[in-house]
Amino acid sequence: MSQETAKGRTLTFNIFRYDPQVPGDKPKMVKYQLEEAPGMTVFIALNRLREEQDTSLQFDFVCRAGICGSCAMVINGFPTLACRTLTAKYPKGEINLMPLPGFELIGDLSVNTGKFMRELAERLKLWLHPISDDIDVHRLEAPMDPAEAAKLYELERCVECGVCVSACATKQMRDTFVGAVGMMKLARFELDSRDGRELEDFYHVIGNQDGVFGCMTLLGCQDNCPKDLPHMQQIAYLRRKMAVTLV
Amino acid sequence: MKLIYTDSLVIGAGLAGLRVAIASKERGLDTVVLSLIPAKRSHSAAAQGGMQASLGNTVKGMGDDEDVHFQDTVKGSDWGCDQDVARMFAHCAPKAVRELANWGVPWTRVTAGPRQVVVNAEKVTIEEAESAHGLINARDFGGTKKWRTCYTADGTGHSLLYAVDNKAISMDIPVHERMEALSLIHDGTRCHGVVARCLITGELHAYVAKSTTIATGGYGRIYEVSTNAIICEGVGQALALETGVAKLGNMEAVQFHPTAIVPVGILTTEGCRGDGGLLRDKDGHRFMPDYEPEKKELASRDVVSRRMTEHMRKGKGVDSPYGPHLWLDITLLGRKHVETNLREVKEICENFLGIDPAKDWIPVRPTQHYSMGGIRTDKTGQSPQLKGLFSVGEAACWDMHGFNRLGGNSLAETVVGGMIIGKYVADFCQDNTLEINTGLVETFVDKVRSEIDELVEGQGTESPFVIRKEMERIMMDYVGIFRNGPELEKAVAELQELLKRSRVIGLKCKKRHANPELVEALRVKRMIKVALTVASGAAARTESRGAHAREDFPQRNDKDWLNRTLSSWPDENSLSPELEYEQLDVMKMELPPGYRGYGIDNAIAHPDTAKREQEISEILAQLGTDADRHQQQNALMPFDVPESLKPKNERLSEMLENLSAGEIAK
Repeated sequence: MSQETAKGRTLTFNIFRYDPQVPGDKPKMVKYQLEEAPGMTVFIALNRLREEQDTSLQFDFVCRAGICGSCAMVINGFPTLACRTLTAKYPKGEINLMPLPGFELIGDLSVNTGKFMRELAERLKLWLHPISDDIDVHRLEAPMDPAEAAKLYELERCVECGVCVSACATKQMRDTFVGAVGMMKLARFELDSRDGRELEDFYHVIGNQDGVFGCMTLLGCQDNCPKDLPHMQQIAYLRRKMAVTLV
Repeated sequence: MKLIYTDSLVIGAGLAGLRVAIASKERGLDTVVLSLIPAKRSHSAAAQGGMQASLGNTVKGMGDDEDVHFQDTVKGSDWGCDQDVARMFAHCAPKAVRELANWGVPWTRVTAGPRQVVVNAEKVTIEEAESAHGLINARDFGGTKKWRTCYTADGTGHSLLYAVDNKAISMDIPVHERMEALSLIHDGTRCHGVVARCLITGELHAYVAKSTTIATGGYGRIYEVSTNAIICEGVGQALALETGVAKLGNMEAVQFHPTAIVPVGILTTEGCRGDGGLLRDKDGHRFMPDYEPEKKELASRDVVSRRMTEHMRKGKGVDSPYGPHLWLDITLLGRKHVETNLREVKEICENFLGIDPAKDWIPVRPTQHYSMGGIRTDKTGQSPQLKGLFSVGEAACWDMHGFNRLGGNSLAETVVGGMIIGKYVADFCQDNTLEINTGLVETFVDKVRSEIDELVEGQGTESPFVIRKEMERIMMDYVGIFRNGPELEKAVAELQELLKRSRVIGLKCKKRHANPELVEALRVKRMIKVALTVASGAAARTESRGAHAREDFPQRNDKDWLNRTLSSWPDENSLSPELEYEQLDVMKMELPPGYRGYGIDNAIAHPDTAKREQEISEILAQLGTDADRHQQQNALMPFDVPESLKPKNERLSEMLENLSAGEIAK
């Protein structure tokens, strides 16, 4: 087990504080200090700060295991999942926490990614559109190429944490840009042989500046994605596909 | 206060809740789902291993069917389950898997030809049939006779939840996120909805509905170390308990998973052992064959957890600052397997332990994992005490798991249970009218409002965080893997003290809107009551069955304890739940209690067991040899499922047989 950290080290957390529901409240950074423990993650640290120092501190965690995507925040300048960020990673012991930009702020480090993702799903119709609705669940299932199934799963590993959106310069400049998450999901359905949509259908939603032609290829999405999803490859793939539809 | 009306109200947006919502919406009913968090973040996403369904596509699953799945489930439950429900479940599981494929789940598929797998620490080659190519694959899981667990790599829960939530979005089912239900609205016989609090604005909403379905998952977070997400706090069970009318079933049945990583308690899937991973002690010795020579690492979860604990008590654990642990060794599976089929496990090992599991052993120990108990329902998922209140998934005691759940049956229960119970919920909504009594609604809203007033403005001094930590410690220390009378009595007494203290909580943060301390205070008050049902039930049950293991009563006692514990809380000022028991009728069982297949057979037999066995052989003899397995089953224990789910499941083996029979006929 390699969980050693500098024992007894005092960590300094500078945390963004702002409650948009309190009239006149001003955004500010607040400093907290905490003794580091072996194996400490930002999840453990934030919970201890809330329990022992400031019970009003707002942040989101659900699985605390890197599976659900709820705890994305900006840690020392980089958007990432707080639950699996070990404090030992920061040799100076100084950790700055900011909420993810690009989403509605609920308060402090908590942002409304759920609302964003649901709206995106509705806008881009991010669900399987089966070729036939007339499928009998009592009969043997339709076979599928094992390699296709494996590839679909690889693209499906997105946890909707919002990191790619917050790390995207285009998204920061143009609010209507669908972002890597939307395109990754469309690429997943485009690849799925069970989906009845044609390229024209996808062109209709992402064949423009808000979609594949708006991406500036700055790689923020791919560099920061906690699931290492191949965003750029998929965006490039979709872009070629969309270009084909124009011919 | 906002008043919202709907037909079908669902609390909880995990797989079970969403599946019920879909069933309601399919029937044209107005449907609303409440959730603490965005639906796709639900704990269902964390299930890695897979879901059981007897498709029988792979060579290691050949010969599998509903009968084998049923028997595994009943034995797994240590005969504590409802056999009717286990039958309904086994019958519908293949349908659910196939339905999910139609909704977009990229199930891992069978590749025809030879492939290398690890079985009992040895590499063996199995050959998949040409005819099975592209059909849904299955892997090995503990406690099952056949390879039956369908999966997508080790992200099965994730891909299922995404497919089902996408389906719900496509059907325009609203999910009211960051909305916490705090009280059921009821008149003592019928449930009319809930009072909920918006976690952003703090506003109270009354949702009035024909049916209310609680699908809030388990109560693992009453324990200090749990594999559960931090939202699995038992508030759904508390909602039912606090009606004073609805009852909870088998709350003491709490499962520990053998292989959570140390210290944080994050799970490594049973798929690790299913795919051939081994457990080793501090000397590197593979110890499971010493205890369970037949099933080894793939014995039932409760058995493996206890054997690990026994072994560590012998001093064979690896010392660590967090207490002793053992090793899970998946290095023998090879890097390619680890990086494709056990990818989540690899990520967890890298991020939380800084190790490479293709090369290093993983530190593990048994950790609280699953709640077999929950809101007691009948076969249709409805509370027998409170009409219009349904429950499904881990929140419920439906009761297909009895006293121990088999791996791969929880994910299956969410979607299969949701599929079946969803239809009964829709039936109920169609057969009943919406009853709105605004006076009744206001009474319940006022009660929650004054509870919040008291917390924010009252003179209380206790910290909700401190109380919660105390509760978690008590449950961990005294209501764990091995239990005994004196410790359980201590747990009950200490929890009662804590319950008193929870009545005088005072808050430092006085906000009425988004206020994490207020959220914690409202929850912990309810969680302690749930913890008391677990501890009290365990103290009263003087036998060992499934995951409930009493050191002072090591025998499974069918003579006195073949029953289900029911707990209720009729007097809200009381410090303990009321316990009563619901008998299981051996004379109605398809599979009377027998030897489970682990260790020595020390069960105290039920007097009816021999009688029922005799009766079964007579029924079968009468049917004659011409009867097929469906006719035999129906003669022994007929069961019912909604009409549209009744057809038989087609299987590859039967198709091939029919095909060859057809050729012969030609």
